Amino acid sequence: MRRDDIVEATLAVLTRAETTLPPWVMEMIEKAAREEASPIARSQLAAILENVEIASSDVVPLCQDTGLPVFHLEIGRDIQIPPFLEEAIAEGVRRATETIPLRPNAVDPLTRKNTGDNTGQGMPDLIIDLVPGNTLRITAFPKGAGSENASFLSMQNPADDPLEYVAREVAKRAGRACAPVFVGVGIGGTFDLAPRLAKRALFNMPGSSDLELDLLSRINEIGPGPMGLGGRATALAVKVETALCHTASLPVAVNIQCWANRSASATVRDDGWSID
Amino acid sequence: MEHRLKTPISEDDVSALRAGDLVWISGTVYTARDKVHALLQSGEELPVSLEGSVIYHCGPLIRDGEVLSAGPTTSGRVARYTKDVVSRGARLIVGKGGISEEAEALRGKAAYLAYPGGCGALAARHLKVKKLHLPDLGMAEGLWELEAEDWGPMIVATDSYGGDLYREARRSWKENPKT
Repeated sequence: MRRDDIVEATLAVLTRAETTLPPWVMEMIEKAAREEASPIARSQLAAILENVEIASSDVVPLCQDTGLPVFHLEIGRDIQIPPFLEEAIAEGVRRATETIPLRPNAVDPLTRKNTGDNTGQGMPDLIIDLVPGNTLRITAFPKGAGSENASFLSMQNPADDPLEYVAREVAKRAGRACAPVFVGVGIGGTFDLAPRLAKRALFNMPGSSDLELDLLSRINEIGPGPMGLGGRATALAVKVETALCHTASLPVAVNIQCWANRSASATVRDDGWSID
Repeated sequence: MEHRLKTPISEDDVSALRAGDLVWISGTVYTARDKVHALLQSGEELPVSLEGSVIYHCGPLIRDGEVLSAGPTTSGRVARYTKDVVSRGARLIVGKGGISEEAEALRGKAAYLAYPGGCGALAARHLKVKKLHLPDLGMAEGLWELEAEDWGPMIVATDSYGGDLYREARRSWKENPKT
């Protein structure tokens, strides 16, 4: 696998993710816009759709919060993992910061000093899965702060109703997180596994099980609508991922994603790369 | 009701606004996020006067003096400084998500306008860079002086009489869940 291919693929998926939305996300927003009765809620969704159109045609980031660089890497078990893998992805992020451009968002958590290129300690954040095959799949999933700040983890009592808790908390927080939102839920596991389940739930959107649809309608029954200004659509989709947990525990994590559910994927092979 | 306002914003401009009205702004707009607000609260003099001003909760994406994307940031993070901003003469605050319990600081003096969150490319079409003040704070945190032209529509979310769409939205779902 060539270093340049990984760098170029990273730049390409970031460019697409930052300036467009996946078609299924657009369809959900369009459907929500058709179903809103409140003129204010309709105006918010109409602005969102117009915004995405402008961003795509001008090839500029649709939101000024271009996020932190989060990537989902699906590594084929038959490849030889190149020694420069992480470094090449970081180089792709640096190039993207300059060329797209991205807003420099990554700062030291204590000194608040900005590294200027969105890379440094712990960034980019690479979430890795081993999968069958002989390719490397790179998915860019830039994550903005508005929805990240509204996300949460709670070690609940096993006697609690986790779904009721999630519905209430999401309804309370979604207005500040640029609703309508996507809700990634991780239930079970340990203190640190639950949030990673919630993040993976966002990768596996949208959910369609009875439980997920039930949770979605509970959120929308009590939620404050687009941008918290009133209306129907507080959430567009819910996905739940679970893992076994200790008999004495009930970890519940929710990773909220704003309407700008940005992602794009590319596949890198030994002899080149291609974007989906 | 629709309002097309030009800066500086007058007392009369503010008192004409009611929650739910639509507003378009032309003129000077100042961005301010966490760091500018913290400076203000520490008593530092800002390089610009806020008398009659429009404050925009925004950390824009700018290249070579061109606004590429400039939607609002979450106002909740700087809500606690509303009093400081209003006492220095700011009459309109533009952001997203509202300033909840701090909304009382607006009463009789200023209004809070909601611009659709995430709509950075849309906003950029109506905003030009005039000057960057406090450049040491960086692109997102610096105080950008922007020139707005027919920028809107934004929604009057909290007016100067205590009317508040966010509170209404919370109340309606608490008392009367949608079915």
